[in-house]
Amino acid sequence: MSDHEYTPTSKVGKWFNDRLPLLTLANHLTDYPTPKNLNYWWTFGGILTFCLITQIVTGLTLAMHYIAHADMAFESVEHIMRDVNYGWLIRYIHANGASMFFLAVYIHIFRSLFYGSYKSPREIIWIIGIIIYLLMMAAAFMGYVLPWGQMSFWGATVITNLFSAIPLVGEGIVTWLWGGYSVDNPTLTRFFTLHYLIPFLILGLVVLHIWALHVPGNNNPVGIDIKKPSKDTVPFHPYIVIKDGFALLMFMIVFAFFVFYSPNILGHADNYIEANPMVTPAHIVPEWYLLPFYAILRSVPDKLLGVVAMLSAILILAVLPWLDTSKIRSAVFRPLYKQFYWILVADVLILGYMGAMPAEGLYLLIARVATAYYFLHFLVILPVLGFKEKTLPVPLSITEPILGGSPNLAMAKNKESIDK
Amino acid sequence: MSDKKPERRDFLFTASYAVGAVGVAAVVWPLVDQMNPDASVKALASTEVDVSSVKPGNTITVLWRGKPVFIRRRTQEEISEARSVKMEDLIHPEKDEDRAKDPEWLVMVGVCTHLGCVPLNDKGDYDGWFCPCHGSHYDTSGRIRKGPAPLNMEVPKYEFVNDNTIKIG
Repeated sequence: MSDHEYTPTSKVGKWFNDRLPLLTLANHLTDYPTPKNLNYWWTFGGILTFCLITQIVTGLTLAMHYIAHADMAFESVEHIMRDVNYGWLIRYIHANGASMFFLAVYIHIFRSLFYGSYKSPREIIWIIGIIIYLLMMAAAFMGYVLPWGQMSFWGATVITNLFSAIPLVGEGIVTWLWGGYSVDNPTLTRFFTLHYLIPFLILGLVVLHIWALHVPGNNNPVGIDIKKPSKDTVPFHPYIVIKDGFALLMFMIVFAFFVFYSPNILGHADNYIEANPMVTPAHIVPEWYLLPFYAILRSVPDKLLGVVAMLSAILILAVLPWLDTSKIRSAVFRPLYKQFYWILVADVLILGYMGAMPAEGLYLLIARVATAYYFLHFLVILPVLGFKEKTLPVPLSITEPILGGSPNLAMAKNKESIDK
Repeated sequence: MSDKKPERRDFLFTASYAVGAVGVAAVVWPLVDQMNPDASVKALASTEVDVSSVKPGNTITVLWRGKPVFIRRRTQEEISEARSVKMEDLIHPEKDEDRAKDPEWLVMVGVCTHLGCVPLNDKGDYDGWFCPCHGSHYDTSGRIRKGPAPLNMEVPKYEFVNDNTIKIG
């Protein structure tokens, strides 16, 4: 793992490390050479780790009081809110924590898109990340079902019914998922089980995600390969630890604002009405973090194709490293890609807004245009851009643009003229 | 590798894998099938409903297998509207005569065939039902006319036990 051999100084440490090299691992993590130009967009990996641990700890404590039964789930959540000591706090942290988790993961993903972090040699890190993102969506969806309110019940009904779009076996799969002929108690108990399981799967994948990251090392805002360790790097501890810690504190202020000042603003009032299989709420919307995909689902008038489009919108990200044909990683040196990047950001935000609006009239039209553009970006613009775009000269090292007139600069200019 | 002749050992490998695969499948199936509807869920397969109090133009909703079932006593206008529709205008062509044996009574599972919401009564462009989730319109026979749903609302198996009682399932 590490480039240099590590020997613990103490005798006991050496004895232990020879048998289980945990101290070598710890040393690798503290010394891990990190590009010195990492900006604050790179702090979200640490923030996400915090989010995962928060969800696991609050989830474990909630599970001590929650009852996964169709007749008692709704009441047990109210019991947590009113009777359990600090139950309100733990539940609000858990519920808003899901939103904070997605907020952080979206920033993390869009940082990767801007700086080309998904490109060779980091494809595996990226794909593991997409799997984590899919599992996060599954965990969040099942967690939202557990309070057994109206939105829980009908959200579960609509999402599980997506599988009925599959030809021939669809209905059978939906019955199997439900364990009955509608969403009911068997559905609730299995969702609770899976909701409990998935965070630990995510935890395992996070270990792989970081392991895969530590093989090539971090990408950086300049997007070039750097020598490690060199004058372009700093050790992870204390430099990155302190920076990540500061960013985490800022993030926790936002988190705390939601928990203490508007704990229900991201939820839906209908979920404070107990589930009723006889009445569908007038306007079903998923949680905010799923809205762009919901808009894509609704913008296709055919049931099966709508589901296919929605799933493709997520899965297309997994093959992104091969759709983007440009060798240059960072958008800093890609003037055209930079503009398309911001159009994509706007496109996703528009899709999110349309997902929250009723699917009719002008809203539907805009959602359709935005859906078409989303796929156009990945399937046409990115592959073509790699061949057509005139990129800016990339520096040879991180320090080079700062130390003007160094031999490196002359080399860079030389390389540029060769490229032309 | 490919030009190597198959040996007795290759046969043993293949046979072992095959037996192993059968063993794994035999263990996995109970673990998968336990998620299907259990005996107690299947036991609730039929419901009897007293419909004596339903007046023409009214709908009652009853729960059957955890799903709402609409029982509508249709007015003469609704029946003639449902029966005058041309088959080629329908997304999922079904005759009203086949859906409602007794034209006055329409019995169907009140679940939108798109993604499973419960459509609203007396709403929509075709005087029947309207699903608020994704905007599917159903006519007075519960047939899909406009919107993303692919099929008409399902007519369950039912029968009149006597003049006032319908048995669903």
